[in-house]
Amino acid sequence: MKTIVFAEHLNGKFTKSSLEAVSYASAWSVSTGGTCIAVTYGNIDASVLGTAGANEVWKMDALSAADGEQITKLMLAAQKESGATAIVLSQDLNGKSVAPRLSVRLNAGLVSGASSLPTGNVVKKNVFSGKAIAHVTVNSEISIVTVLPNSYGVNASGAACPVNAFSAEVGTARVRVKEVRVEESESIPLPEADKVVSAGRGMKGPENWGMIEELAKELNAATACSRPVSDIGWRPHHEHVGQTGIAIRPNLYIAVGISGAIQHLAGVNGSKVIVVINKDPEAPFFKAADYGIVGDAFEVVPQLIAAAKAFNATK
Amino acid sequence: MKILVCVSKAPDTTSKIAFTNNNTSFDEAGVNFIVNPYDEWYALVRALELKEAQGGNVTVLSVGGADYEQIIRKALAIGADDAVRIDAPESDALSVSTHIANYAKDKGFDLILCGKETINYNGSVVPGMVAELLDLPLVALAAKLDVANGVATCEREVTGGMEVLEVNLPAVISAAKGMAEQRIPNMRGIMAARTKALEVVSVENASATTAVNNYEMPPAKSACKFVDPANAAELITLLHQEAKVI
Repeated sequence: MKTIVFAEHLNGKFTKSSLEAVSYASAWSVSTGGTCIAVTYGNIDASVLGTAGANEVWKMDALSAADGEQITKLMLAAQKESGATAIVLSQDLNGKSVAPRLSVRLNAGLVSGASSLPTGNVVKKNVFSGKAIAHVTVNSEISIVTVLPNSYGVNASGAACPVNAFSAEVGTARVRVKEVRVEESESIPLPEADKVVSAGRGMKGPENWGMIEELAKELNAATACSRPVSDIGWRPHHEHVGQTGIAIRPNLYIAVGISGAIQHLAGVNGSKVIVVINKDPEAPFFKAADYGIVGDAFEVVPQLIAAAKAFNATK
Repeated sequence: MKILVCVSKAPDTTSKIAFTNNNTSFDEAGVNFIVNPYDEWYALVRALELKEAQGGNVTVLSVGGADYEQIIRKALAIGADDAVRIDAPESDALSVSTHIANYAKDKGFDLILCGKETINYNGSVVPGMVAELLDLPLVALAAKLDVANGVATCEREVTGGMEVLEVNLPAVISAAKGMAEQRIPNMRGIMAARTKALEVVSVENASATTAVNNYEMPPAKSACKFVDPANAAELITLLHQEAKVI
């Protein structure tokens, strides 16, 4: 089975979620004895997509930036040219804009946010905000899957692959980018973060976040917060993780002074290792934790900062 | 401005998630259903704010059975002017989107607003499908929306910052957190909702390309390992040597 996968890049690098999608598409094609073509655009060395598993890259050089409709047309042309019966994208902003359009145009069943490789025509995806997994059957000739970020690891064991020029009639963008505001911060963007230190109302006030930021810095982690904290304005909205904020799946999630309401858990229950620090031994979050410390954040966190500093010094 | 807001039904965020019929269907016993939060808190409330500032009409639309009418009345109580229920099963995203597009295609809506995803299926698919079926532009996951002179200006989060996007109406926009603040319906709104128009549209079933076979629960977590708060540094050692995450 031939698979095509869209790969997005930013500031001269392919995004982590795109590389995950390429590795997913590659493994899917290998499992069915086929090949994998990565589709991209613009001025970038795309041969590196081979290391993530692509057999070849089709690149449209003439396109410098693309909106969802243009990527849709690029992928439709690539599907037609290749005859691929499986299409993969990351479940990122592009995937959410492009995959539904492809699904309509190709009358192809779409499973969005897949967490593991398909078995036959059945794909597993997280539902109920991670509280359950659905097994979804695709009943169409062509299948489209978007891959949940941080759920499928990049397999970088391949070698650089050939890049072939590709061209399609993609029209003009109807959605116009007027401005991009890059936040002047050295912190790690939350959705891409491998480690996250998060805090809640137990911190008592925004002036106490210094120790959370310091612990995050020592652990090379991003910072996050609970809903009440972003609602009362202690922290910015983009740090809110939970059912109505953003869902994250880091390898390490440390929650300080967060009780662990079911809505918060829904946003973090995909984390590989969860650490909970709370002075209330009855906090529901401990039930979802791998490691727990029952204690006052103002006493525990400074100890962790000191220990992390000592640990870093030994590396 | 004519605005259509698509609303879905979802279990209350505190609901216990369980399945029946050999794990093939969601167990609705004792579950309280609400308007999907992204549809209500952000899409519907922003639509009402735009109407209050600029005039116009806000219609809410759901695809579903008679059991949907409770959440449609809630949307009317919050302030929508009228409502439509497409009487069809929610087979999959394509069938739901087809019903929405078929209804909306000749009604002259300037703006079609949806929440960014439902909290029960987490698809983020319907807004894009509706846009494609109606040949409209889409702004997905907008956290801010303003409209002036037939142009919508949206802001959304991108890796490492925000981007500002413009699109000519008509357009489809999906709403993320930040677009508006939740509104609690007052008694006057609840009373008025009882007499507002709720049109029920009968349709042929639309074709579906996917189907949920069954559900499973995620693997259970092993018991939490507790570290002495007086010796919290031990945690860093465990994270390195045992969990191998630092």
